[in-house]
Amino acid sequence: MVDKADAKRKKKPGRPPKAVAGASAAKGVNDMPPRDDLVKMYSDMLLIRRFEEKAGQLYGMGQIGGFCHLYIGQEAVVVGLQSASHEGDTVVTSYRDHGHMLACGMDADGVMAELTGREGGYSRGKGGSMHMFSREKKFFGGHGIVGAQVPIGVGLAFSHKYKKEPNVCMTYLGDGAVNQGQVYESFNMAALWDLPCLFVIENNQYGMGTAVTRAAAGPALSERGSAYGIVGKQVDGMDVLAVRAAGLEALEHCRSGKGPYILEMKTYRYRGHSMSDPAKYRTREEVDAMRKQHDPIDQLRDLLIKQDVKEDALKAIDAEVKAVVTKATEFAQESPLPDPSELFTDILLPTPVGATNGQEA
Amino acid sequence: MAIEIKMPALSPTMEEGTLSKWLVSEGDDVRSGDVIAEIETDKATMEVEAVDDGKLSRIMVPAGSEGVKVNAVIAVLLEDGEDESAIDATPATTPAATPVAEAAPVTAPVAETAPVSTPVSAPSVIVAAEADWTGTSTSTTVREALRDAMAEEMRGDDAVFVMGEEVAEYQGAYKVTQGLLAEFGASRVIDTPITEQGFAGLGVGAAFGELKPVIEFMTFNFAMQAIDQIINSAAKTLYMSGGQMGCPIVFRGPNGAASRVAAQHSQCYASWYAHCPGLKVVSPWSAADAKGLLKAAIRDPNPVIFLENEVMYGQSFEVPDDDDWIVPIGKAKVVREGADVTIVAFSIMVGRALEAADQLAQQGISAEVIDLRTIRPLDIDTIVTSVKKTSRLVTCEEGFPFAGLGSEIAMQVMEQCFDWLDAPIARVTGKDVPMPYAANLEKLALPQVEDIVTTALTSCAGYKGGQ
Repeated sequence: MVDKADAKRKKKPGRPPKAVAGASAAKGVNDMPPRDDLVKMYSDMLLIRRFEEKAGQLYGMGQIGGFCHLYIGQEAVVVGLQSASHEGDTVVTSYRDHGHMLACGMDADGVMAELTGREGGYSRGKGGSMHMFSREKKFFGGHGIVGAQVPIGVGLAFSHKYKKEPNVCMTYLGDGAVNQGQVYESFNMAALWDLPCLFVIENNQYGMGTAVTRAAAGPALSERGSAYGIVGKQVDGMDVLAVRAAGLEALEHCRSGKGPYILEMKTYRYRGHSMSDPAKYRTREEVDAMRKQHDPIDQLRDLLIKQDVKEDALKAIDAEVKAVVTKATEFAQESPLPDPSELFTDILLPTPVGATNGQEA
Repeated sequence: MAIEIKMPALSPTMEEGTLSKWLVSEGDDVRSGDVIAEIETDKATMEVEAVDDGKLSRIMVPAGSEGVKVNAVIAVLLEDGEDESAIDATPATTPAATPVAEAAPVTAPVAETAPVSTPVSAPSVIVAAEADWTGTSTSTTVREALRDAMAEEMRGDDAVFVMGEEVAEYQGAYKVTQGLLAEFGASRVIDTPITEQGFAGLGVGAAFGELKPVIEFMTFNFAMQAIDQIINSAAKTLYMSGGQMGCPIVFRGPNGAASRVAAQHSQCYASWYAHCPGLKVVSPWSAADAKGLLKAAIRDPNPVIFLENEVMYGQSFEVPDDDDWIVPIGKAKVVREGADVTIVAFSIMVGRALEAADQLAQQGISAEVIDLRTIRPLDIDTIVTSVKKTSRLVTCEEGFPFAGLGSEIAMQVMEQCFDWLDAPIARVTGKDVPMPYAANLEKLALPQVEDIVTTALTSCAGYKGGQ
């Protein structure tokens, strides 16, 4: 259910994201994931944070061009959900995608080298920040048109069902995308055909510079599927354990053939929409309050310390993560520019011999 | 080692800016994410956040400095346990734009390898035509031929499925999918809601998921709702993924004018789709080609736009009795040989071009008619070979003239055999107007047989036959 404060959509600086009952219940001791899992989540979130900080820095140095959308602040969403996913589950998202790639297990070297537009990048320098893919890691992009990834995610879910695979497609979209028409075309088809699609609305409160309250009518984004009978829940997207718990429940729903599910992750991006956004549409206090009171990494760090993880162990993780990012940065700087011949490759795949009576030259 | 904080580029075009304010002082502890300074660009005032933790040791560029180059060192940070001596140990970095130039020597390789003659597109692939059919054949409508193609491919490959509005229980809005539901069931012949963008995108996702969707648009006029998914998702993703994300999908349906359905339902989209790299565009005329090309399209690992024609659905042609009859994509066909003028056409215009050739023959002009069959990749070689023989070219299409297919063919012919031309290349096209409803106006708007005859006669005027 939607609480009243949320229904009114009154925006207060630093307002803590509302958690759902179901998800917060998972904070009970019995639902606490094993400590190793917690440590892994901490490390995964920290990797995204440090990677993105470095990407921001490289952008500032002119080594990354074009558009670059950082995920800083939202790390708990993708890390929590990946920790709840099964082998073979697929992921598709929009253009704020570096965190998703790292969480899917894609190599930081290849992601960073794509940001710098180098041969060693996942798309061999031809996609950039917004367009990267890894079939191996089941990451299907990386799409630059707001909302266009949603029917694609439904199509991936369709292929899971068609092939009778026990998998779910996690289709991420932002609070900006929820007002695109094709999202509702997608909700309708996913519900109509009971497709195993988990729609994850990453509500970071702003679609570019427009606050969600100024763009989206209706009670809550989690309710946007109600016309199609799709269950929706709001989750504290700054709390990785709440995300994981909600993810486990939602993924189980999709996997068991009950059709799609919507999770609205109440989250927050600390940086601007893209690197050239001065973010004057919100106050510094709002951002600071979020960082100080709700930072997903700090929250988990506190929990780990309570669980007797030693300061030294955490420092070691910090150092490991830093080393991964440093290595990725060096790789991304040293990898050569794509060969000019790459200009004309990957436009069409060759037709396999035999597909045209073996007559194709 | 001390950490240099450099003047950041805050937009893709920024080269320098004003360091308007420091929000920290020398000696302050700084944490990653803290705002340390404000910078003014030509567009906005932006906050600069620290990337690393440490103690701000020295401010190198004072507040209020204008024209600070991107990448100039503006401050130095000491990490835990470091003292001032670390600063001297840090190798001096060249400020300003040098690191950028090092990192991105964009101009050099391009200049070296891009002489004036750089091709504007990937080299064309030579495709062999299908062998002449010498076996038995059956008179088949274009409609049945298309259905047979889908059914045969579905029998041979479980990954092939058909999806669209009214394709299953209704048996197809134009009955092209008749019988498929009964044979393959509702899991492979799928009625969609009226939701073109949605099911086009779903098809793309399914193709990424290693299925082979055949997506029917009730007509291509409705595919404008879905064109973002067709172009941005289906056509471009292979390139943007460095070759990882093939998209084996067919978008098919009737294209062009039907009869008296007016402007919103009567448009030829051949040049629209042919414009975009990453797509193959096919538009057959005969039933044998419709079948052989649709089978090739379904087997093709790339997105294929398959443009049919409603008026042609009921027309019958001989189709080879062979359930592996394949016509290669990318190969035109000379459907009538001639010596005086080449007429290039596709889809329904091929029939009109052949009629025009009959009438021209009565006037002593021998016209060669080429059925393009595939719009892209364009089989320019077959056209050029013909033009070298006839020295005259007339292009025919139902679409609008402006930036149409005729324009592209004329340009390519000029590039490849200008010296063989004895007359300007001429176009027969739809008129440059939205399609009118009234019967007489519609007829005027569409290219007719007599338009082709007149244009060919003009092309041949005063000069008949080769020398």
